[in-house]
Amino acid sequence: MLEIRNLHARIAEDGTEIIRGLNLTVKAGEVAAIMGPNGSGKSTLSYILSGRSDYEVTEGDILYNGESILELDPSERAAKGIFLAFQYPVEIPGVATMQFLKVALNEQRKFRGEAELSTPDFIRRVKEAAAKLQINPEMLKRPLNVGFSGGEKKRAEILQMALLEPKLCILDETDSGLDIDALKIVSDGVNALRSPDRAVIVITHYQRLLEYIVPDSVHVLYKGQVIKSGDKSLALDLEANGYADIIDAAAA
Amino acid sequence: MNIQTAIKMTAAETALVDAYTAQIGDLIGDGAVLSARDTLVDDLKKQGLPTRRVEAWHYTDLRALLRTVPVADPTAFAERVEPLVAGSSVMTVLNGKADDKTAPVGVNVRRYAESLADGVAAPDLIERGSDDAIGRINGSFVRDGFEIELPEGTELEVPLELQLVQSLGQSHTRFPVTFGAGTKATIIERHLSVSDEASLVTSVTDLILDEGADITWIILQQQGAADSHLAQINFDLGTNAQLKLFVINAGGKLVRQEIHGVVTGEGADFKLRGINLLGGETHTDVTFTLGHDVPNTTSTEVIRNVLFDRAKGVFQGQIRVAPDAQKTDAKMACNTLLLSDDADFSAKPELEIFADDVQCGHGATVIDINPTHLYYLQARGIPENKARAMLVNAFVDEIVEELENEALIETLETIIADWLEKHA
Ligand SMILES: Nc1ncnc2c1ncn2[C@@H]1O[C@H](COP(=O)(O)OP(=O)(O)O)[C@@H](O)[C@H]1O
Ligand SMILES: [Mg+2]
Repeated sequence: MLEIRNLHARIAEDGTEIIRGLNLTVKAGEVAAIMGPNGSGKSTLSYILSGRSDYEVTEGDILYNGESILELDPSERAAKGIFLAFQYPVEIPGVATMQFLKVALNEQRKFRGEAELSTPDFIRRVKEAAAKLQINPEMLKRPLNVGFSGGEKKRAEILQMALLEPKLCILDETDSGLDIDALKIVSDGVNALRSPDRAVIVITHYQRLLEYIVPDSVHVLYKGQVIKSGDKSLALDLEANGYADIIDAAAA
Repeated sequence: MNIQTAIKMTAAETALVDAYTAQIGDLIGDGAVLSARDTLVDDLKKQGLPTRRVEAWHYTDLRALLRTVPVADPTAFAERVEPLVAGSSVMTVLNGKADDKTAPVGVNVRRYAESLADGVAAPDLIERGSDDAIGRINGSFVRDGFEIELPEGTELEVPLELQLVQSLGQSHTRFPVTFGAGTKATIIERHLSVSDEASLVTSVTDLILDEGADITWIILQQQGAADSHLAQINFDLGTNAQLKLFVINAGGKLVRQEIHGVVTGEGADFKLRGINLLGGETHTDVTFTLGHDVPNTTSTEVIRNVLFDRAKGVFQGQIRVAPDAQKTDAKMACNTLLLSDDADFSAKPELEIFADDVQCGHGATVIDINPTHLYYLQARGIPENKARAMLVNAFVDEIVEELENEALIETLETIIADWLEKHA
């Protein structure tokens, strides 16, 4: 489903290279975990996958279902099924949450040549999805993410994901700021989306989340490269011993 | 001979003076009203229209900007339109002619034409000062409007819409309005054009809020692209009175909306919320002065401007805090979204503070669409153009959301969204 080949990318504004020859393959149906110390480039990778223009790809390619997506803008990538749950969801005053959800859903449908959802149908879907994630309906009356607590923002991201039904889900530190109950609810939401035609990339610092969303593969990102890949035992190993050994081994 | 008379009159100045001469005999008024009008026209002749050398008109050189004055046409036809909010009380002024037959029960209304005829209006027809060009032109030509009084304790269940519909020619109206103690109401002063022909509209509203009155006053200006609209609203807030004034400009070629207020009762609160949607060749000026004259009063002013094309916008805001107006809390903000390189906005916020124990502040910013917001919306599948439009809308919608009437919020949101769609 996703194949990242020798990807090099830099910050557009000052040219600093952040991703330095990254390779990663994620198959349909797979849950891949990406771990790595702070500042190793995990969020940057997720932004680049989503098409954020603050970053420039200088070398390599990103293939999604066999096709390069480098020329697509973020909305096209989203409509093709790529979804990034942000580490820091953005507050947008003046944009009503419900209106935002409706426009997003219908624009994606339009792009794919599907009919728009009727308002009652839309509202029913939102209510169902919100109930599953134990999101207070009052929250949805507020402007997008405005005044939401950290945990509420993360849940709102998963709500969007549940509604938009993407094919490639990228979760950037969705676990940070969540207490254990919220973590379970969110994980259930993600697990509900697991299916043979869908892939999930879970970016996290902690083994804890991976107890709920059990990964098929684990990759360690360091200085813009994947320096080690393994199965879920790699995450346990990292939890116990930290990154130092793996970093040293990669440097050697 | 003084200098002014030596200046050659512009076409618009000549047209105004000629229009006055032509209408003498036809203009309503008793002796006192007519002599007040003569005085105003004499001032107009002597001073001409204000230029940028007059401080209050520095950013809106009326003499240069008011090119022509359409001829008044008493036969011009205009019809009432549906009210903004279904179920509102509506009083119409069609091409400057008021109709008081539909005044809501419990509200005392008199046509201003009657007050001119019997001279009750004479004391109104004076200038606020030598730079009061709007009061001068309006006072010279005013023909109608409404005198409105809400007796003590009156609460209006539905909005009262003052609907001013203009097709062409001229319209000059006045609205002296008194809100008795403890009254509560939402009033919509709605100016709209129903033709592409040029009009000159002047309108002066004078509000008095007695103790504890709680009033929301909305001015919605949707004149045509060829129209000149010169308006003024003056207010005086008594003890514990609350006035929320919403001013929305979404039309007109040359627009000046003046707002002049004094807070004369302790515990009073004033809110100004302004939205200027400026496109095409418009020149739109909102000029605001507020005096906090007594202790313990509050005011906030938030102005949001969106500019397209070659639009020019002006906001002048001046807050004066009198020496004994301690504990005044006044905050003024003017934020502008410039969406065209050819558009221009001038903001001049000023504070004149003569008391020492106050909290006052102001800020004026010019901003662009927030790229992170844009990216976030796009990342959810919303195409760039649509995402931009949503963010522009959001920028002004924050203001609309402060209204309390849901139906009114919805109509205003639709008007704004339609306007933005047409200009984006
Ligand atoms: N837009 C940017 N401007 C400046 N520095 C950036 C930007 N994006 C990323 N970086 C830098 O790139 C490095 C990787 O950041 P990030 O991808 O957020 O790491 P991680 O998510 O792994 O903690 C950090 O040193 C960060 O400061
Ligand atoms: Mg990160």
